[in-house]
Amino acid sequence: MAIETNRLSQEDYLELFSDLHPPFEHDEGAMIEANRCINCFDAPCTKLCPAKIDVPHFIKQISSGNIKGSARTIFSSNVMGAGCSKVCPVEKLCEGACVFNLLKEEPIQIAKLQRYSSERAMKEQWRLFERKASTGKKVAVVGAGPAGLACAHALALEGIDVDIYEKEEKAGGLMTYGIAAYKVTPEFCRDEVDFIISIGGIEIHLNKELGKDISLAELREQYSAVFLGIGVGMTRKLGIPGEELEGVVDAISFIYDLRANGYSAVPVGDRVAVIGMGMTAIDAATQSKRLGAKEVTMIYRRSRKEKPCTEAQLKVALLDGCSIIWLASPEEIIGENGHVKRLICHKMKLGWPDPAGRRVAVETGETFALEVDMVIKATGQIPYEALLNGSSIRNRGGKIVIGGCAETNIPGVFAGGDAVNGGKEVVDAVQAGKYGAEAILAYLTSL
Amino acid sequence: MANLQSAFLGIKSPNPFWLASGPPTDKKINVLRAFEAGWGGVVWKTLGTQVKNVSSRYSSLNFTGRKIAGFNNIELISDRPLEINLQEIREVMRLFPDRAMVVSLMADNDRVSWHELVKRVQDNGAHGLELNFGCPHGMVERGMGATVGQDPDIARMIVEWVMEVAVLPVITKLTPNVHSVVPVGKAVVEAGSHGLSLINTIQSVTGIDLDTLIPNPNVGGHSAFGGYCGPAVKPIALKFITTLAQDEATCRTPISGIGGITTWKDAVEFILLGAGNVQICTAAMLGGFRIIRDLCDGMNNWMDEKGYSTIDDFRGLSVPHLTRWEELDLNFHVVADISQDKCIHCGLCYITCEDTSHQAISKEDGFPYNTYKIKEEECVGCNLCKIVCPVDGCIAMKEQRKGAEYLNWKEFQERGLPLSDH
Repeated sequence: MAIETNRLSQEDYLELFSDLHPPFEHDEGAMIEANRCINCFDAPCTKLCPAKIDVPHFIKQISSGNIKGSARTIFSSNVMGAGCSKVCPVEKLCEGACVFNLLKEEPIQIAKLQRYSSERAMKEQWRLFERKASTGKKVAVVGAGPAGLACAHALALEGIDVDIYEKEEKAGGLMTYGIAAYKVTPEFCRDEVDFIISIGGIEIHLNKELGKDISLAELREQYSAVFLGIGVGMTRKLGIPGEELEGVVDAISFIYDLRANGYSAVPVGDRVAVIGMGMTAIDAATQSKRLGAKEVTMIYRRSRKEKPCTEAQLKVALLDGCSIIWLASPEEIIGENGHVKRLICHKMKLGWPDPAGRRVAVETGETFALEVDMVIKATGQIPYEALLNGSSIRNRGGKIVIGGCAETNIPGVFAGGDAVNGGKEVVDAVQAGKYGAEAILAYLTSL
Repeated sequence: MANLQSAFLGIKSPNPFWLASGPPTDKKINVLRAFEAGWGGVVWKTLGTQVKNVSSRYSSLNFTGRKIAGFNNIELISDRPLEINLQEIREVMRLFPDRAMVVSLMADNDRVSWHELVKRVQDNGAHGLELNFGCPHGMVERGMGATVGQDPDIARMIVEWVMEVAVLPVITKLTPNVHSVVPVGKAVVEAGSHGLSLINTIQSVTGIDLDTLIPNPNVGGHSAFGGYCGPAVKPIALKFITTLAQDEATCRTPISGIGGITTWKDAVEFILLGAGNVQICTAAMLGGFRIIRDLCDGMNNWMDEKGYSTIDDFRGLSVPHLTRWEELDLNFHVVADISQDKCIHCGLCYITCEDTSHQAISKEDGFPYNTYKIKEEECVGCNLCKIVCPVDGCIAMKEQRKGAEYLNWKEFQERGLPLSDH
């Protein structure tokens, strides 16, 4: 058993990491699908879209041959509409609500149609929006992730000049750093950011970290308003013995390495355990398998019914040959010469529902051991509690508390996205960024 | 198994489906292929003074992702030598003696030309003649085709010329480019035409290329009005044949129904409105001759289910159900009923009724599915919701008569009954 890089041939890597959901190969395909949509009124797909994209409208624009209008419809509600068409868990959002499901027919392929128009707009560099003349007002946005970019774009449109401060060396946030390689490529993420800021009035300052290179006090002094779209940090610690062993990795950094360093350079074990059952866990498990791991076992403390990922995502992992152990929780990682050798787990059972209605997992007292050489932690990310506690921003366990749309307790400071909700979908962050911009515009008018 | 045999004007064919005069019946190789596929008969493409055709002849109308709701052509009558056509007709008739061979004719507008053409074709051999008074493009500018079919006096005169020499059954093909086909239909029947066929194509512009701004079909930068046909024209054709079936002077004249017939259902509808057989061109041009299989099979199965053993058993049965508006029963009233079990909450009934009809559907917001219900007191029974509903049988129109007795508009006025107050 060993953790190794370079397990497969280049051809195999390319095939295994090619698009999970390929685009329409021909315009005709998009047309046929667009015409299948019956153009619902007060459409359920739009209602379930966190960014409230007018789905039937953009689809009918495709069918009328107005692709440019279709792209504008998408981007005016979701400036990351292209990326979201690849990463949204549509089976529980728009496509899950499609009325065709009620006829037991395949829902309209909304994501694929959204990708059709939005990617074309990016590829052909369509200028879809004209920003208003500069008002001279300046706003700082912290974090160049989906929330920050959406907020900046909406503000720039209204003639506000925006400076974005980003701690990483690339913009895009979790879209760039935290999503499996068979969904979006680094090139796509770069192009998407470029497309968003192409309206002008937005400057991104990379490698500038809040609390280190810049302070909230400075920003408040230099700008009319500040939006915090700082997201969440690294994966939550398991808090069990053996977590420091070599071979225990964080899912987010594992996925990031895969995208930043190339497939062959990322080490992966023979027998990998992935802890968690969210989208990131699924991504980590499937990517491990596709990198050449012989066995990948996903471990989740509750049952299939309570899993945070969707059934469609779970199926991707199962089809990739990952095994699942439901009702199991890690207790200890045993090492040998400093390397992971075995994972000891508690067998769990379901207890009473928690306040959110999900039944909690409780230990049965029984344990079992799993021979593994790599453990990937994907148990949710932790908010920047220390950073926030160092400021006067009201927060709850590191999650910023907002009132109204996006207002924090400090006048002129707004927040949204994962930093507020603790970690949801990209599209939720985009919507939060839009709310932030709305609140900031109202605030600037009131000054 | 029902009997699909047909004897239109005594011309026998194994089924009531003839290929209409047009590109599919232009030459021997096409017609042989059609007969091999099973078509009951053909109307050979119009013979007359040989013409020259342009290149780029067809265009079409697409609709919401479906190709070819309507089709259009600017092709003229046969551009091949008369002698070759006649020879090929002889050969085809020898190879397929059981199929109907009718020849379409369009001579120059003088008595001698018509006499010569009719005689040559009769001497050559055919089961019948069809006079092309319908072609709406090209020949019109030369005073032929639809120009003849638009003027009862000219049409009568030509049919009289033809009947002076005709020994075969004569069908006159009418143009729909008129406000009514009845005057011309009457005139040609009075002049001796044994049967009528309709409709020919409708003058049209199918569309314009929005890059070049040149209408379709583009013939070197220009286009010309074409003849419109295909599924989109069926309702117009059905209306026209009904007017002939309802007129005292023409109701006993056999009608060959033409116009957008694509499936056996369309064909059945033509026959229900009085057609003795049907002719098809566009559907074959778009799908090939193999479509004859389902045309026959579908009609056969329907006839078996309905208990009809021959075409004549159901011919014209729907004609009495088409009456004048004045005779419709104003006490008949229906209201829509939405089956909540079948509803998929698309909201199409609601938005169309709310925006363009009578605000007779209520919406109860839900997440993500709204509930839609009929407000019976507001519903006028217009059918719009049922038409737009994507689920068959989800919206039913329930009868709720306003009064027990039959009440037409005339009686309504005579009794001084109140009109709507809102």
